[in-house]
Amino acid sequence: MNNKILVAAAVLVAGGCASMAPMPDVAKLTQDALHSSFRDKGIAKVSRLQQDEVQAACSSDRAPSNAELQHLQAQALASMHWPTGGVYLGDWKAGEKLAQNGRGMTWNDKSAEPAHNGGSCYNCHQLTKSEISFGTIGPSLYHYGKLRGVSDPYSPQSAPIVQYTWAKLWNAKAYGACSNMPRFGHEGILDEHQIRDLMALLLDPKSPVNQ
Amino acid sequence: MKAQRGLGGAALRALAAVLAAAVCSVAWAQGTQATQAKSTADGIAEYRAMLADGNPAELFEAKGEALWKTARGPKHATLQACDLGKGPGVVKGAFVELPRYFADTGRVQDLESRLLSCMQTLQGFNAAEIAATPFGKGEQAGIDALTAWISSESRGMKMNLPQSDVHEKAAYEVGKRLFFFRGGPMDFSCATCHGADGKRVRLQDLPNLTKNPGDGIGFAAWPAYRVSNGQLWSMQHRLNDCYRQQRFPYPGYASDATIALSVYMGVNAHGAESIAPALKR
Repeated sequence: MNNKILVAAAVLVAGGCASMAPMPDVAKLTQDALHSSFRDKGIAKVSRLQQDEVQAACSSDRAPSNAELQHLQAQALASMHWPTGGVYLGDWKAGEKLAQNGRGMTWNDKSAEPAHNGGSCYNCHQLTKSEISFGTIGPSLYHYGKLRGVSDPYSPQSAPIVQYTWAKLWNAKAYGACSNMPRFGHEGILDEHQIRDLMALLLDPKSPVNQ
Repeated sequence: MKAQRGLGGAALRALAAVLAAAVCSVAWAQGTQATQAKSTADGIAEYRAMLADGNPAELFEAKGEALWKTARGPKHATLQACDLGKGPGVVKGAFVELPRYFADTGRVQDLESRLLSCMQTLQGFNAAEIAATPFGKGEQAGIDALTAWISSESRGMKMNLPQSDVHEKAAYEVGKRLFFFRGGPMDFSCATCHGADGKRVRLQDLPNLTKNPGDGIGFAAWPAYRVSNGQLWSMQHRLNDCYRQQRFPYPGYASDATIALSVYMGVNAHGAESIAPALKR
């Protein structure tokens, strides 16, 4: 009889404990999972999981506060690298090749140097009329310069949009801290020369983007 | 012999589909943009329909069933005593309830992870060694086939991952954090591509995996046979390639992060009909 009561009590305790088991520390479990699950492979080292301020702030389904967004955007703008000698535009043909090229920075790629990377633009954006295989994660950039009235990219009237476009390509987080767009210049994915070519693709009146 | 004929038929249908796709691409170039987008989706749907009665995944299913029932490994045993969550040897319905918590290993496990445990415990294989084997090689190829067969035994059932155990609830929350975790040179997370409705990369539709994306979409479609490379990919392989494209470091096979992500996606897909092993482009 006593034994039965003891067993019953034990079952109650066990049952109670199971249903009341406290939720473990999910933040710690997440860090543990990251540490135990990933390893270096080729150029893709585990150090890529060390988040900077922007990545850490933009890693949940809730957007950061407006104050934090403003802070991160101001920081990105303050650290902006502007083109040497004020030369903003390169060759749109080279830009189109970069826009088509979605390669680079994976564990299969031999080098992380900009020369080995593409801009992956078509993965997320429409750019020209002829390329119908384009993604929709980002907005359409077809007629980008034309719609913004850029007939001469080096005219004073064009300066604000030209500078904005450079900054967007160099560090997209300057205009939206949690933007989906990579920070191509800031992260060393593309160099100044390559970004000039993408600028030309977007803003040169002769570029197919503006035809 | 039967398998040979099946493969030949599938190959012919694949060829027809490629021809159809080529014709479609000419049509796309001539149509308006709206029509083009529709033609693409239609073309792919048509292509899948053409292959539907000859999904080469069937060959993997047959191989997987044989592997389950064949005495193998140092212990010369079958996998028929393997508990996939519904009791030893119960295969039907197991797939749509995975990943789940297993008391004997003290871990939340997905199908691949659980198969590794069973292969080690019952057959005497070295699970860590198999986990470190490249995709599609050696025992890894066997696991792919096993996932094809085991998932096929739940075809048409609704995703129904358990969330009653605290480990399962914690795995969901960890998976959610990992889903939104940004890192790497491109600042990508899973959510970059799979966090909104109706998005594409190039022409590839991207399911929104933060909710139930619908029957046979996303988590309810893998493992799948990929026509583009002729391989059968398990969910582990699918996630591995996602992380490659995210420019992340290399995720271990059946690692805690990949399993937690699967719990997040699988629970979100609650009620979605499983079509695995599916057919993909």
